[in-house]
This record gives sequence, C-alpha cells and structure tokens, in this order.
Amino acid sequence: MADLHFGDDKPNDQERAVVDQAVGQSLAESGNGPLLEKANAGPATGGPALLVESERLVLGGSTRRHERRHLLLPTLHALQKSQGWISPGGLNYACQQLQVPPAEAYGVATFYEMFRVDDPGHDEDVIHVCVDAACQISGSADKIAELKAAGKKVHASPCLGQCERPVAQFIQGRGKADWVEADSDSATAKAVPQAGDPGLRLLKRIGRADPTSIDSYVSAGGYKALTKAFERGATGVVDEVVASGLMGRGGAAFPTGIKWQAVAAEQPSGDRPPQKYVVVNADESEPGTFKDRTLMENDPFALIEATTIAGFATGATKGWIYIRGEYPLATERLNNALDQARAAGFLGADIGRSSFSFDIEVRRGAGAYICGEETALFNSLEGFRGEPRQKPPFPTTNGLFDQPTAINNPETLFNVLDIVMDGGATYAAIGTDGSNGSKLFCLSGNVVNPGVYEVDFGATLGEVLDLAGGVVGTLSSVLLGGAAGSFVGPDRLDMPLTFEGSRAAGASLGSGVIMAFNEDVEMWPVVTRIAEFFKNESCGQCVPCRIGTVRQHETLVKLGTAPGLNGSAPDALRLLDDIDLAMKDASICGLGHTAATAVRSAIDLGLVSLEHR
Amino acid sequence: MTAPSGPNSATDTSNTLTAVETKVTLKIDGQEVEVASGASVLDACTAAGIETPTLCYAENLTPVNACRVCVVEQSGSRTLVPSCSRQAEDGMEIQTDSERVRHSRKMVLEFLGSGVDLSQADPLARWSEQYEADPSRYGTEAEKIEEPVRVQDELYIRDYDKCVLCYKCVEACGDDAQHTFAIAVAGRGFGARISTEFDTELPDSACVYCGNCVAVCPTNALQFKTEFDLRKADNWRADEQTVTQTVCSYCGVGCNLELHVQDETIVKVTSPNDHSVTSGHLCIKGRFGWQYVHGE
Repeated sequence: MADLHFGDDKPNDQERAVVDQAVGQSLAESGNGPLLEKANAGPATGGPALLVESERLVLGGSTRRHERRHLLLPTLHALQKSQGWISPGGLNYACQQLQVPPAEAYGVATFYEMFRVDDPGHDEDVIHVCVDAACQISGSADKIAELKAAGKKVHASPCLGQCERPVAQFIQGRGKADWVEADSDSATAKAVPQAGDPGLRLLKRIGRADPTSIDSYVSAGGYKALTKAFERGATGVVDEVVASGLMGRGGAAFPTGIKWQAVAAEQPSGDRPPQKYVVVNADESEPGTFKDRTLMENDPFALIEATTIAGFATGATKGWIYIRGEYPLATERLNNALDQARAAGFLGADIGRSSFSFDIEVRRGAGAYICGEETALFNSLEGFRGEPRQKPPFPTTNGLFDQPTAINNPETLFNVLDIVMDGGATYAAIGTDGSNGSKLFCLSGNVVNPGVYEVDFGATLGEVLDLAGGVVGTLSSVLLGGAAGSFVGPDRLDMPLTFEGSRAAGASLGSGVIMAFNEDVEMWPVVTRIAEFFKNESCGQCVPCRIGTVRQHETLVKLGTAPGLNGSAPDALRLLDDIDLAMKDASICGLGHTAATAVRSAIDLGLVSLEHR
Repeated sequence: MTAPSGPNSATDTSNTLTAVETKVTLKIDGQEVEVASGASVLDACTAAGIETPTLCYAENLTPVNACRVCVVEQSGSRTLVPSCSRQAEDGMEIQTDSERVRHSRKMVLEFLGSGVDLSQADPLARWSEQYEADPSRYGTEAEKIEEPVRVQDELYIRDYDKCVLCYKCVEACGDDAQHTFAIAVAGRGFGARISTEFDTELPDSACVYCGNCVAVCPTNALQFKTEFDLRKADNWRADEQTVTQTVCSYCGVGCNLELHVQDETIVKVTSPNDHSVTSGHLCIKGRFGWQYVHGE
C-alpha cells in the first residue's frame, strides 16, 4: 500500500458486503460527484468504494477527511449490526475502503457503547437495560436479574431517553435493525399527556398529524413557515430570530439569533468559498431527557422544515441530523420524512422555486454522552473519536469539517417555525422578560403522569409538577436539569422555571429535566450512580475529567460503604470539593465542568447524610 | 463574533511571513509583555520569565491541550484556559499563580500521581513538590492503570502504567511527524489507552520503528530497550552519561544525532528539537541503527 499499512485480516463475505453497501450507499446519498463516479466505475473485485491508486496518493489529510472519513461511523454500525461485533477482518476491510488508518478506526470503534471489538460468542439480540436514575428507582436491577435468569443477553446501559416508561430497554439486533419494544404508537403518544391541548405551541401537532405522512403535516399547517421564510428573505429570518430572543434549549441557553447571525456573516475567504452547515444536535443523552425523541418521533417533518429554514437563513446548503443511536423509531421516522420531503420538492435543488438548495442527512451516534457536546459531535460525525475540541474557535467559524456551522437542538429549531410565522416580537411577548417562548419539560421519577410537558416560561416548579398529576408520595427532592444539573428541595416549588429564575436559585434548567424523588427513595445509590455515569462517560481526553470523575466516584463509594470512615467524612468532603473545583476550572468541556454539580447539591441539601454512614 | 486567525492554517502562516510582523501586548501577573501576534499565552509567559509546567505540550508538536497542567487564569473567562493553545491577544490579563491556578495544577499532578507510575517522569516529580500534590489522599485502593509491559522487539518497549495519555506519541506517529498512524487512543475515559488496532503487536502493526514516539514521551512509558534492560539490571546511570552530537552517516539528509553514552556504549539516540532538519524526529536508522559502532 502506498501510504497506509493494513493488516492481513480478511473480511468474511457478509462483512465485505455490508461495508461495500454502507460506503457505496452513503456516497450515493451524499451526492459526492467525482467520488461517486469513481465508486461506480470501480472494479468488481474491490466493491463499489475502491479508490484508484493515484487518488490515494493525491488526496491526503484534510481532503480525505472531508470526502471519505465521515463514512466511518455508518460503516462501523453496518459491521456491528451484521456480525454482532467489529472483527479485525471487518475493520481492516472498512479501513481499506475508507482509507482510514486501522489504529484510528479501532480507536473510534472502542469509543462507543454500542460497538464491541471482541467476539461475543453468540448471535443473540442484546437487551440494553437503563440503570440511570428514573429507571434505577423503578427497579432496573431487578429487571436485569429477571432477564438474565430468562437466559437473555443483557447490557447495563446509561440513560436510554425513555424515562417516562421505566425500566427502559433498547434491543440491539444481530443481522437486523435495532429496536425498542415500547415503541408502539400508543406508547409514543403517551409520552405527551397534554396532546390535543389547544394552548400548545411546540407540541401542537402531536396526536393530530400523522408523523409518517407529509400530506398530513401540510394539512396541519406544515411548510407554511418555509414559504414565509422565503418571503422574509434570509436576513429577515435571522432578524426575527434575533428579535425573538430565542435561547438554545440544549442546556447552554445561548441566543440562537446571535449564533445564526455569526454564521450568516461568514464570507468566502481565500480561494475556497466556505461550505456552511446546519447541524441538528439530536444526540439527546442527558439522563432524564426525552423531549427531542418525542418531538422527532411524533413530528419529524417540523424538524426538517425548521432545519431547512436554518439553512436558508445562514446560507448553509447542507444539514445534518446527528441522532443518538438508541433512538431507532425517531431515526426511522426522520428518514421517512426526509424521503417524502425530497419527493415533494421541500428538499433538494431550488426548493419552491426560491433558488435555494438544501438537503439533510441523518447520522446515528453509537452511544456516547459526550457526543452531545457540540464539538465532540463534529468529531464523531467526521469519523473521529468523539472528543471535544478546545474553544475558541467556535462552531460559527470553525465547526463541522472546520466550516462555519449553526448547531442547534431540535427543540430550539421547533421554536423557529412560530417565530418565522408570527414574527420575533410576537414570540418575545410570550414568557417572561428574561425567558421568551415556551419550554418543554421532561417529567419523570415519582410523578403521577410522567411525560413531556409544555408550558410558557414563567410557570413554577410546583405548577409543572401539578401538570403531571403531582408527586407520588411525599416529595423529597427534584433533580433539575439532569445529571449535569442539580437537586433542589421541596422548598423550591415556587421557583419559576425560567433561565433567570433557576439561575437565581443556583440551579439550571439544563435540558428541561424534572425528575422527582419521594421520601421512600434511598438517595445514596442514586447519587453514587450519577457519579458513576460521569466516570463512564468521560471521553478521557483531559486529566481533570478522566481521573477526577473516577476519584469522585471512589470517594462517594468509600463514604457510602465503609462505616469505619465516619471520622474521615470531613476529609472526604474536602476531597470532593477539591476534585469538583479542578474539574470545573480545568476540564476542556461541559462534561467535566458539571460532573460534580448534582453530587454536591445532593450533599449540600442533606439528601445523603454522611453522619450515620 | 470575530474569527480568531487560525494558527494551523497554511494561508495565515504565509500572510504572517510576508506582512510586517505585528505585536500584541498583554499582562502576565501584572507585568506587561509584548509578543509576536500568533504567539501563545505560554510563549508570553516564557517571554516574561515565568516557568509554566507542561506535559502534553512540545515545541515540535501541535498543542492538544489535554493535560491541563499549564492552565492559567484569564480575566473574563469563566474557566481557566490552557496557556499552550490559547493565542495571546492584545489587552489580555493573565494570572499564572493565583489560588485557582495553583489548585488546578496541583490537582492535575495529584490525579496523575494517584493513577499513573510517575517514577521516571522527572519534571513531574519536581512540579508535584512545588504544587504540593499529595496523591496519597486517594488511598491505596484508588484505581490505577495496570498494564503489562509490552516488550515485543529489541528496539523499544511500552510500559503503559507510566502513560499519562498526553497524545504526544500519537501525534508524532501521525500528522505531526511520521504520518504512519500506527497508534491511536482507544477506549474511553479512565480506560483509554494508546493502542494499535486490536492491540496488535508492534512488528505486525504499521509501526516503522522511527522511535519518534519514544523521543516525545514525557514519562518514560516508551523507552529504548537498551534503557529498559539497564534499568532492570539497576545499571541505568543517567548522571554519568555523556551526550555527543554528530551527523547521521546513513544518508545525505544531514540529521543531527545526540548519542547518549554510558560505559562507552551508546544507550539511546535523540535529535535536538530545534534542529532545522529533524525538529527532533529521526528514522529507524538514525534512531536505532548504531549497533555497528560497537561491532566486533
């Protein structure tokens, strides 16, 4: 080989076939002209993706990254699905086809929860059972024992994003698609107890429009916003989004309009015009969060329309939806919706004779919380390990493939539809002074009716809990904002669930998690599990997080299990403080910055008593 | 939002070369420092005469800012910033010895000391003392990296108990020097390790034995087999070694070699990082092909 070294391991026929298909199909879908021609012209022996020798020599480094490397993740998915693992022969063949160094591809394969690189020794389905808070307190340990006793292959999994229906399970198929047993239509609709309520904004079509039919979506008012966006013009749309004061719903609450403005302002420089991108961060993995799953399963066309508007407004011609791998139904519905939108002329060249061209590609994650961090997501999508990048530079200038990128959460984009239709000022009048519009909250744990709820900003924690039918038993605490959020006590029920209200209370809305715990729940295991979650999900790149999360977990376990440590509790608390501060101050990304927040709040709140341990 | 000029972009570099060199002025610990535009905060600290501990940084590699031991406090920044990869800007105010900086540096050193064998990582021991890092706080049962020493050939060994995951070897093997890509980071979190694909033995991997990974390793996780054997025999005497500079005789490129000699025997070969030809990197012949010197 001219420049890369490959081992001698050979693929079996199935592996060869699935790699060829994954690579060839993806190239076809991406519409990558020159490569596609070469692919089709490739000799039969090498499959559709064979590169010619001269190309390999010429296309090095970043060019290779742009044109081929990003197919690594879909190709690994194809191997895992076909064989139940990624074998040396399969990986080697994928690397040859994609021109990726095998050591790097192995590094990528070993990064994700859903991939394994050792032979499982069986070809059965594997049931992933969630062990995070909402499921943990609903008996995931028992469920795992039960399934194992029945001879099933079980994998203890971090939050699967189905917190409204614990104990959550996700089944990884062998030779067939992954699926979620609870994903029957009724179970999906049940995730939105308010469905049909005339006051809804973001959830208004759920239960009313058929998520599998574009005709139904259009009848329900769909694609009016895109038409309106064309009328307003790109700058007009950005202006309205700025005027709306919309803030990102993924957890960081950054003003969406400012982000779009920055991407729109990026001009061609040098000899290469910038290819701008819109990326939808649908890697919803914050424990307790399932709103984006619900939106995508029940109203996929709305996300596609809003993403198209984002592309039009910022000058991007390509959109990507990076969706978490554990969401098979949402993925299927999005892909179906994309096909229908393309067929109806809402995607592709010259949409609605506007001369605006745009298309969207869906990419599945493979199980890694960190890939919800925007720059880690870019790396993951590009076929690298999902390790966050140092910021600055920010995505608006150096995002996906190092190009200007607007990256938004699905819920954020849903808001854009009404903003474009009604204008930013109308939208800004909804909610409070500091938090405009409405917000989705994911209620789970000890509430009567778990699910996704929508309220205009301003509602208090108590009011939202009441919407969900109130608490089962006596409330002891609420986990607000997810594992990266914090626990608050029953004395905070009058806290307004706004950005400013939560900030004033020293908490954060995060991704909209409201997980209730009653007095019957033993909190120590819950808090320890949160620490374990961060330990498991740290990407390992920076020292403060890679080792700090381990030491935090160890210290908690020690406090919880060794009664003889009574006297050393103050030392342990000091240690936790020291670890916390270093992770907050010196970690690269938000995972490390927030890895101690929930743990500390639980201790401060007295949810876990150290005295009698 | 303004685009920070990309230090890695080829076009930017050429612009800098042709344009009149511009300067930026910033304050480090209250002291005004002027550095060339494009310089890092670390460069500015060095210019101000302030020593900054670094681990994953090397002058001949792209900064990966993973170790976080070089963090400094920048006014207006919520978190500390890695000095190695943050570009110096006009008007920046940097603290290098604040309580927060000292705390994070101490904790990074302490974390590493609690999980990794730093016994042969000389500067780390000194810094650990300076920042009062106390790895014993985590108890004897704290999880450690436990890997067998990989001795797979006669040229160099890999002892990942000593690995701090600074990424330097990966960079030297890959885009920053050798473009061989024999190793990468595999796994995640505390389980992340430097690895070939499926932990394939080095002779079967893409490794070309340039030894550039060994040269950049800051903790001796990678070492010459000669050094490994001498250490095992308790006969590694670094203080007594002499270093002789010469030019490699194998080809006409003109790489500078530094021959580390103990008991009149070459025990290790390096090349100066600031050498215009090598930037510290060599090939298998210059690095390991010196046995003929001692031939019968």
